[in-house]
Amino acid sequence: MELGYLAGTIVKMVALIAWIYGLLWGLGRKKLWQKALTVVLAFVVIQAVILAKLGGVALFSAFDQTLLYQAITMAMVALGLNLIYGFNGQFSLAQWGFYGIGAYCAADITYRWTNGDASGLVIVGFGVILGGLAILGVGKFLKRKRGVPVLSSFTFYLFAIVAAGLVAVWLGKAVSTALAPGFGTAEAPGPLASPMALQAVFFLSVIFAGAFAALVSFIFGLPVLSLGSDYFGIATLGFAIIVKTLLVNSDTILPFPEMKGGRGMLGIPKILASMAPGDEPGIAGFFKNWTPAWLWAFVFLILVLVIVRNFVRSSTGRATLAVREDEIAARAMGIDVAGNKLLTFVVGSFVAGIGGAIYAHYMGFLTPSSFDFIAGFNPLIIVVFGGLGSMTGTIAASFGWIFFLEGFLRVLLGQLGTDAPSWRFVLYPIALLLLMLVRPQGLLGTVEWGFFRAEGFGARLKEAIAGPPGQKPKMAGE
Amino acid sequence: MPASTVNTKAAPRPAARRGPPLAWVGWVFLILLALVTVIYIGSKAWSNPILFLQNFLDGLKLGFVYALIALGYTMVYGIVKLINFAHGDVFMVGAFTSFYAVSRFNLHQWPLALFPGINPGLSIVIGSLTVVLLSMGVCVILAVTIERVAYKPLRDAPRIAALITAIGVSFFLEFFGALPFVFSGRFIPYKSPFPTTAWYIQDGIHPIVSGTASPDNTISFSNIFLIIAAASILVQILLQFIVKRTKVGIAMRAASYDKSTARLMGINVDQIISFTFAIGAAFAGLGGVLYAVAYSSIWTQLGILPGLKAFVAAVLGGIGSIPGAFVGALIMGQAESLTMSYISTPMRDAVAFTILIIVLLVKPTGLFGEPAQEKA
Repeated sequence: MELGYLAGTIVKMVALIAWIYGLLWGLGRKKLWQKALTVVLAFVVIQAVILAKLGGVALFSAFDQTLLYQAITMAMVALGLNLIYGFNGQFSLAQWGFYGIGAYCAADITYRWTNGDASGLVIVGFGVILGGLAILGVGKFLKRKRGVPVLSSFTFYLFAIVAAGLVAVWLGKAVSTALAPGFGTAEAPGPLASPMALQAVFFLSVIFAGAFAALVSFIFGLPVLSLGSDYFGIATLGFAIIVKTLLVNSDTILPFPEMKGGRGMLGIPKILASMAPGDEPGIAGFFKNWTPAWLWAFVFLILVLVIVRNFVRSSTGRATLAVREDEIAARAMGIDVAGNKLLTFVVGSFVAGIGGAIYAHYMGFLTPSSFDFIAGFNPLIIVVFGGLGSMTGTIAASFGWIFFLEGFLRVLLGQLGTDAPSWRFVLYPIALLLLMLVRPQGLLGTVEWGFFRAEGFGARLKEAIAGPPGQKPKMAGE
Repeated sequence: MPASTVNTKAAPRPAARRGPPLAWVGWVFLILLALVTVIYIGSKAWSNPILFLQNFLDGLKLGFVYALIALGYTMVYGIVKLINFAHGDVFMVGAFTSFYAVSRFNLHQWPLALFPGINPGLSIVIGSLTVVLLSMGVCVILAVTIERVAYKPLRDAPRIAALITAIGVSFFLEFFGALPFVFSGRFIPYKSPFPTTAWYIQDGIHPIVSGTASPDNTISFSNIFLIIAAASILVQILLQFIVKRTKVGIAMRAASYDKSTARLMGINVDQIISFTFAIGAAFAGLGGVLYAVAYSSIWTQLGILPGLKAFVAAVLGGIGSIPGAFVGALIMGQAESLTMSYISTPMRDAVAFTILIIVLLVKPTGLFGEPAQEKA
């Protein structure tokens, strides 16, 4: 065993976890300039580390960069799941499915764009906008008639969304043919084929992928959230299985030949892959080939942190907690329990979709087996480890999970022998079992820290989430 | 006269509150969906009734296996309100036990090896039964161990904690089994302990010569199908007898109704729960052997999807109800078989969960389930 290598790995991982906590601490400062400075510093530090070279050897190897991206996407997915499960008490296994939907949706948009076809972007864009409008309209209509049964409202929403989707496809095809000359030819690329345009499309694709996942989660969650905790868990597990089945058959059952079904989708632009620029010397050389890869990942990480935290700390977030603690009491307080569950589910899925989009553009290759429902238990385990209802714990667990289990343990077991890596999946469940037996509320319980506890961007809330921090942590689903 | 005017005025009142508004929309949607499905499958069946009957038989075979697994789910859920995810993996362990017994140790031939003069047919029957009993025994030991080690300490914890533990146990069994020195992670061809014979129906029943296909436009079935059906029905009868007629069965029902009162009545509830796990595991072991014989290929994640579908079947029939699990499993088998042949093979899993969602929305207690009691 190379002890030096192992020690170096550990140091890097501890440093990265310290970094994310420094970021959270800085974001939790009161003054706006302190927050802004923290964000800039946090970005610059990692960017500098990525660029740094000690005696010709990169300080931050490609493996470490992969781990960083995995940790960021996993933190997004797990934060979304913590919203659904930890804060709202809905035991969902569908998160991995939404992650897959987001990944494939964003990948399809940028893939088509790089192949001179704007239809992906335009159709999904129209789809999420029209679908959102349709949902709002039907919601307004249903609100006037109190007490419409779930089945009926589902029917209304389903038809509205399907109609919106058809209109979006029709509109999108028309618009994308109109845009087609903008791409130019291979010899003379048009304005739409420029790298800048691709970066903009990437940004839109991530947002649209999240919105698309949210749309799917709305129409799926509406009937399923009324089932009750255990059945909801099984139905969401079924959702994850169905998503994987559809992805495996995306070129036969679904009309997406470019996704290539179970063979895996190749040729997604790796917008986030090249974090380090070329080897040219000097500062100018650094920035000559610099791509905003790490910038994008960082921006979306901050975006997700802010979305989730502000959601939890809003009045809706307090209603969410009330629903978790006691649905009947929450209803008595005038909270729309079903609506609140649905909203939390949709926001959680939106975040998962963003995570998936980041993953797709980092890997550049998607295969349905990454979205297997067995892998979907990872975010669940992370959320349970970190503490149900603790965003700080979720972040710690996601980073810890990726760095220590995927990174360190893989390195360690890889050096022990060829069979050893398969032990990882034996050790996870044992750790989970022990945790459940010893500390069922998770490692950190509902403790919050830094950004998640402090007053937010202009938020005037004084109370912390679930009362004073010394309070006895409570488990969801009790 | 004034009295009658009051009556006529009062009469429209109840008529104005006719249940929730727009409820008919959902029903019309569901009925239309059902009509489209029935018409689609009916037209296919009409155009080729032989194929339809063959699918029906295949669905029955699947359904009988699901019934064996669903029993364990429904009994355990009925008594401890836990979705025992590990049940599907107990089923897998049953299949693997029989695989090792047959392929490595030739356990199915022990009567012939011990008593060389014995009738070979009798030897096969006794040997196969030994293999099945061994698998059932291993599954029982495994399930009771799991119950004691993992679930019992969490009996008073929140239900979700127990559910996550169950998922953890399930993963542990799958991935521990996939280690190279345990079962290995590959698909393994399964050697049946008894010879398979198939027949086809065409103006009477004719055996299919092995190595040849059955003639076109005939329905074929094999002795495996008959054995699965017989075993499944026998198990149903046995379980009905145990639950309804024996003291243990009465204790089980009492414990599932109200654990603390059952304890006051002198019932050892922990023992009863272990017994419930044991019975469920025994049937899962039997199901595992029969599934492996019928589908002749095993691997360590074999139990996940049959387990989930059996759970859906248990919910469909009404969780906690034993005949409900049987009927639900048969319906699931049919749904899956018909989907496979008429709609699309990969979507067979989707149908199971769609059925689950629709059933829970329309009749949350399932077909045979009792309405949930209000507990103080």
